[in-house]
This record gives sequence, structure tokens and C-alpha cells, in this order.
Amino acid sequence: MVSLADKLFVLGCVLALTGLALGTPPTWSPYMAGALIGVLSWLSLYLVDKPIGTSTTYVRVSGMLARLFSPRSVDENEYMQETGIKVEWQMLLVFGVLLGGLVSALAAGTFGLRWVPEFWVATFGADVWLRMAVALIGGFLVGFGARWADGCTSGHGISGALQLAVVGWIGAICFFVGGIITAMLLYSGGGGAG
Amino acid sequence: MRTRGAATGELLVGLGIGLLFGLALHRSGVTNPDVIINQLLLRDMTVVKVMMSAVVVGGLGIYTLRHFGLVQLHIREASVGSTVIGGLIFGVGFALLGYCPGTAVAAVGEGRLDALFGGIIGMLIGALVYAMVHPRVREVLKMGSMGKQTLWGLLRVPPLVAMVAVSVIIGGLFWWFEVVGL
Repeated sequence: MVSLADKLFVLGCVLALTGLALGTPPTWSPYMAGALIGVLSWLSLYLVDKPIGTSTTYVRVSGMLARLFSPRSVDENEYMQETGIKVEWQMLLVFGVLLGGLVSALAAGTFGLRWVPEFWVATFGADVWLRMAVALIGGFLVGFGARWADGCTSGHGISGALQLAVVGWIGAICFFVGGIITAMLLYSGGGGAG
Repeated sequence: MRTRGAATGELLVGLGIGLLFGLALHRSGVTNPDVIINQLLLRDMTVVKVMMSAVVVGGLGIYTLRHFGLVQLHIREASVGSTVIGGLIFGVGFALLGYCPGTAVAAVGEGRLDALFGGIIGMLIGALVYAMVHPRVREVLKMGSMGKQTLWGLLRVPPLVAMVAVSVIIGGLFWWFEVVGL
């Protein structure tokens, strides 16, 4: 077990690194960004013995929100109980991702409130409500599918694949197969995207 | 029984790793859903480059650390019923949304509101509905189970050999991307 002092030391290094990284160009080489994520995977396994993941946090947060309306149904739900509806390591990681995206965008000068992404405008136009409705359906399938598959692009696609887990590689391939077929059907006629 | 200090240390490590993870996702461009969709249309390989670079650097490091007994692996179970079906459902949503559970959060930090009101709200509802149907799909999840299998276990080669081989293949893929300009 890694001691608390060691964890705090590494955390200090991470913060220093973040400060340094904020001053770098707004767009990184994808290879360099991926390499940094690889280093983070060492740190998470070494320091807290947990692989990086994000989608379990959606179960916990949805459980916490559902508890506000119907505490019993959450407490009696087997899956919620197996997952454990509490604040833990991964939830802080996801909160860190939010902060990381925010400070990175502010420092790079790319922060801006936007409703409809360009790929969507190119195919379906700039209607905000249509985009929100489809994003909601897409989000539903992502959240539902991630739990069905027991992992998402980070838990399977990165952490699983880098541990050479069969589940990671099959998962990542299926995410892309489903995604590529759907994208080809929907957007391949989109003008501005290429 | 762990002390409160150890638990706090764990949470702080999560926050720190998340901070740099979010920064790397944002600066690599994958928080932009246009990049995700162009990847799914096979016009731009940014997402694959980020993921596979993480696999090479992360995997070589993890397997080296493991060789010296400093980390242990966490391999989850693979099955057709869970991994393939769930993965395909995820993929359809991924193309409709343009974000995954990690990039959506960093994209909200960047100011993308469709990642919040469409994406994250939808994912929370999806996770909640999954929790409700889980007992009824349990039998489906077990279909075609492969257990907690690894690539090296499957191929019956030493772990480090498999990791180096995977890295060489990914290196070749990257070389090809650069040659053809993807």
C-alpha cells in the first residue's frame, strides 16, 4: 500500500504538471495526449490500485438523484447496492475531468458556450431543440450501453485494452462498429464535415 | 480497516488524475464532437491515435511495473451477451451524441451545452434505467462468457511478449496513418 505522504507528493507533481501544461499550445499531438493518459494509468494502478474509468459514476450519481425522490427504490435495487451509491475515488476523478476541461479551455482561450456542434449543423441544421432531443437519446444509449457492457471508452477502450484484457479489445471494437455504422448512415452526406 | 487519511488521499489522487485526464482529452481535440464523428466516418484518426498511444505507453509501463510486483492487473469478464451487445448499443449512442462518458464531462468544462443537457442527463437516465432492468438481463449477460481473459492468456504467450507485440502492431498502424495522411 502506498503511503498518504507519497500520494500527496505525487498529487503535488500532478498539480505542477497541470500548471505547466496549461501554457502549452491549445492543440496537442494526439500521440502526446495519449501518452500522458498512459502515464496516468500507471499512477492510478500504482497509487490507488484502480484502473481509470468513468461510467460507473453515472450509476452512482443517478442513484443519488433518484434517492431524493424515492429512497426505497434505490436502496432495494440490487444493481445500485452492488455498485454502492457513495462518493468515492472515481467520482472525484470525473469531477477532476470536468475541472481539467474547464481550466484547459480557459487557458487555451477556447472556452465558449455552444449548443449545436458543427457536424450536426452540417447535416440536420442549427435547430437547438432537435439537437437536444437526439443528444438525449444518444446519451441514454451511451449510459445504458456502457452499463450493459460493464465499461465505456475509458474503462474498456483505454484501461481494459492497455491491460490486454479481452473485454477491453472486444468492447472497443464493438463501440466503433456500432458507431461507424450509425455515423455512416446518418452523416456521410454531411457537407462541411470533411 | 482503512484510516480516514488513506481514504482522503485516495480521493485526492482521483481528483488529480482526473484533472490531467480532462486536460489531455481537451488538448487532444477529442472533447470536440466533430472530431468524434469524423473518426466514426473514418476521415480522421485522432480518437484511435489517442487511445492506442495510451495503450502503448500505459500498457508497457503497467506490464513493467507488474513484472517487478508493484501493480496488479484488474481484468473484467468478457462475454458476448454483455460486451458485444452492450458495446453495440453504446456505439449507436456514441454516433448520435458525439461524446462518450469521459469526454462529455470535459466538453461541459469547455462550454458545450449539448454535452450537458443532452449527453450527461441522457447518460444518467440510461444508467438508472439499466439499474432497473439489470435483474432481467442477467441471463443474457452470461451468454458466451470468456471469463477474465487476457490476450496473452488466449494466445498462451508471456505477458511482456504480448505487450511488446501489441505495441509494434500499433506502431505500424501509426506509421501507416502518417504515410496516407489520416
